[in-house]
Amino acid sequence: MIDNSVWPLLIIASSLAPAILIFFIPENSRFLRSAVNIGGALIKLQLVVLLVLGIYAGEVYELSWALLPGLDFRLQIDGLAVMFLLLSAFLWLLTTIYAIGYLENSPNRARFFGFFTLCVSATAGVAMAGNLFTFVMFYEFLTLATWPLVVHRGTEKAIAAGRVYLRYTLIGGGALLLGTVLLHAFAGTPSFEPGGYLSAIDLPDWVLWSVFVLLMAGLGVKAALVPFHSWLAQAMVAPAPVSALLHAVAVVKAGAFGIARVMFEVYGIEYADALGMAFVLLVLAALTIVYGSLRALYQTDIKKRLAFSTVSQVSYVALGIALAGPIGAIGGLIHIAHQGLMKITLFMTAGNFSETLGVHKINQLNGIGQRMPWTTMAFSLAALGMIGLPPMVGFLSKWYLGIGAWEVGAYWVMAVLFASSLLNAAYFLPMIYRAWFLSAPAEWPHERRLSAHCETHWMLLVPPLVTAFTVVVLGLVAGFALGTLGWVQWLVEQEFVQ
Amino acid sequence: MSGWLAILVLWPLAMASLIAIWPKLTKPVALLALFGTGLLSVVVFNLPNGVWALGGWAMPLGIGWRLDEISRLMLLLTGVVGMLVSLYAWWDSSLARSFWVLWLGAWGAMNALYLAADVFNIYVTLELLGLSAVALVAISLKAGALQAAMRYLLVSLLGSMLFLLGVALLYGQYGQLDILALAMQMEPSFPMLFALVVMSVGLMAKTAVFPLHSWLPLAHGRAPAAVSAILSALVIKASFYLLMRLWLEVFAPIPTLALIYGVWLMGSVALLWGAWQALSSQQLKPMVAWSTVAQVGYLVIGLGLLAHPNTPTGINTPEGWQWGLLWLMMAHALAKSAMFLAAGNLQQAAGHDRISDLGEVMRVQRKTLFAFGLAGVSLAGLPVSAGFLAKWWLLELGLFHQAWWLVMVMVIASLLSAGYVFRVLNVALNKELKPLIEHAPVMIPIHAGRQWVVLILASLGVLAGLQAQWLWGA
Repeated sequence: MIDNSVWPLLIIASSLAPAILIFFIPENSRFLRSAVNIGGALIKLQLVVLLVLGIYAGEVYELSWALLPGLDFRLQIDGLAVMFLLLSAFLWLLTTIYAIGYLENSPNRARFFGFFTLCVSATAGVAMAGNLFTFVMFYEFLTLATWPLVVHRGTEKAIAAGRVYLRYTLIGGGALLLGTVLLHAFAGTPSFEPGGYLSAIDLPDWVLWSVFVLLMAGLGVKAALVPFHSWLAQAMVAPAPVSALLHAVAVVKAGAFGIARVMFEVYGIEYADALGMAFVLLVLAALTIVYGSLRALYQTDIKKRLAFSTVSQVSYVALGIALAGPIGAIGGLIHIAHQGLMKITLFMTAGNFSETLGVHKINQLNGIGQRMPWTTMAFSLAALGMIGLPPMVGFLSKWYLGIGAWEVGAYWVMAVLFASSLLNAAYFLPMIYRAWFLSAPAEWPHERRLSAHCETHWMLLVPPLVTAFTVVVLGLVAGFALGTLGWVQWLVEQEFVQ
Repeated sequence: MSGWLAILVLWPLAMASLIAIWPKLTKPVALLALFGTGLLSVVVFNLPNGVWALGGWAMPLGIGWRLDEISRLMLLLTGVVGMLVSLYAWWDSSLARSFWVLWLGAWGAMNALYLAADVFNIYVTLELLGLSAVALVAISLKAGALQAAMRYLLVSLLGSMLFLLGVALLYGQYGQLDILALAMQMEPSFPMLFALVVMSVGLMAKTAVFPLHSWLPLAHGRAPAAVSAILSALVIKASFYLLMRLWLEVFAPIPTLALIYGVWLMGSVALLWGAWQALSSQQLKPMVAWSTVAQVGYLVIGLGLLAHPNTPTGINTPEGWQWGLLWLMMAHALAKSAMFLAAGNLQQAAGHDRISDLGEVMRVQRKTLFAFGLAGVSLAGLPVSAGFLAKWWLLELGLFHQAWWLVMVMVIASLLSAGYVFRVLNVALNKELKPLIEHAPVMIPIHAGRQWVVLILASLGVLAGLQAQWLWGA
């Protein structure tokens, strides 16, 4: 038997090693690069599935060594980590296939796929980070690995978007680092633990609050909380697979995941609630949800609308956490996975529309369902899920959030959720209506024949179909022990031990 | 035992003389010199601590050598970085033969400086080092370089003079020159405060601490890349190492709060001003040179934090704080040498170093570009890198002393450094940026080994960010 502590390293290595290899693969060896890419993704998925089983059987996976005196580099795989790992490994495999199809003939593929893969190992690190310090390391590493992807097109617009992205994330990273050092100076940096570790230490209020503000500012940038959200819409200039990755798994999720870690496993949600921090976060999240949806309503560009929808939807995670009750927490945490699945489907299908037909604007969607029925179906399923219709997974998230708000007596949050669902419907339903029920134009803006048999290249078509399928199936079976809901219930039981 | 120390100093000097006498042997002898000295410093790193008298004369009279944790680390750092930079220089055919004579001389002088046990010998080695460094700046013989070298010479001589004045004061007070003996007898008094200030000003001028920095961007910006790398990564570290010895060891009880606040202020202004100048610089090498001015700010802030009377533990206790300062020096040496050498690769290939016109060259030299990015990550203190751990240590120590403004300045400065690094990378990734001058870029081929050296240096700086414990445990 191999030692359990090897596992975290294997997980990181399963994407770090392919990344380094890819940098050295010549631009034109397409087959080799794709093999390394997909091979790495498959190995990673395999490893993570084994881990899930291991965790379920009660195994403990952790690894740490001291970087500085009193400061450990620590990786540990707990329930929360494994959920995020599984999500990223699964979606990475699909996005890789999609990206290979999408970027087939464009320049600088070695660079693109190298950083793309680095980005995934950073995400794995974020998931497995066992203390705040390690989390900060991987969180910043993620910033650095995603930046070349945002500016990949190399146009003035892309460079400008990259500049905005860096400005936001690096300043946010600075705040996060400062908060972490400050906390380290007062409380050390122990490993994350369910229930948090700060309630056991008697710290002055000003420290607790300044650390909270700094950490939330740092994490809020990536999680696109208002007022730190505006980089996200600009980052839309990146290629579609990048947007899919940024919005569904990597960057935005790292922020939301960090908020969960800090609230649950540093402060402890009950302590944070008693101090009043949960309420601050709740208000911030509610504001973001409504604001994001309102902005989405006024966008005419498909990707922009989806971007603002992300701003809104990711804050459901923070909202669920900030409700400070077990049921709300379930709603928030499962939304990490659910939003990822739905959003990646939306972005991949939007990418298909633009790649195949040159459709970028919402008013160009008319009748697209006749030309690309499969893609449009995937899009529609995910969009309906976003609105919160059963049996799609989005329904589960909203259901638990609503009940969670009821449980803690935050009735105004229920109003927010209701308003947000209405807004979701208001910006998604017209798109679906246009796609299926209006007649198609005589000519598409920029049509390309990508496949002889299918409506588009199969590598572009299969990934969104798989995720859309998952959106539905998972909604039906979520309650089983290894479904998202079952898993998260088990997680939340640990967080609310007291 | 002390034999190894003597060889470590004499080997590069002997090789330098060989090259001076038989110019035809330059290439093979240089190779012998660089690998030999590098390996010797690894050997010496593994020797036990001790104090030795050279030639058998007892300490107060003879020349004493001393090896402790700090000098050993400095020797190793000089050895490893020196070896890699030399390898780069070995593949750079545009360097004059005199480069090797001067650089090996400087290398020997640095090794002697780290080993010297008394302040007078330190003065001698410092003077030797200063002279060879000045000559190195001048080897390209361009008008700008000569002017810069002239200025550097004046600063360097002035610095040594001030240092010598301090040595005289120390001798007058205690009749001693040995560092350990002086440290043992040191009592706070006005003459000693004066001696500390005088010597510090001299060394700070040589280290280019703000406001004594103005020679550095000229000298480091105009010298050949290998020379700039040596000067920025190693030579200013030698004078900073002496500052560290003086403040934390010889004059340990002397530094007052006023002095420390002064040093913090100098460091902070250096950080902001240097970064600002780097941000607004249009040329790559001056940009990297200004970044050195900024990074020196971190060094002196770290020194001030350590010398603060409230900081626990002295310099020679292994569990202490002081390893952070050495770590900071190491992180900077690795990152900065990589950055200068990368700039050299780009400049030589393009024939100029206007940042906005370097896009083409950077797209061709992908390894160099990647190394530049990695070095930038370490310089800006972003994870995962040695620079990140160093910054963490500085912030932690700053918070320990509750110097809030200092902490803020350090965070802002690291954001500014990220700014100038990404400004260069932006040019590389921007496809629409057209060169200002329309003549077709003629790219001069660069030896592949030089790209690898840069990549190795930068990667070392990043990988070190995963294991700092060996230093603290040393």
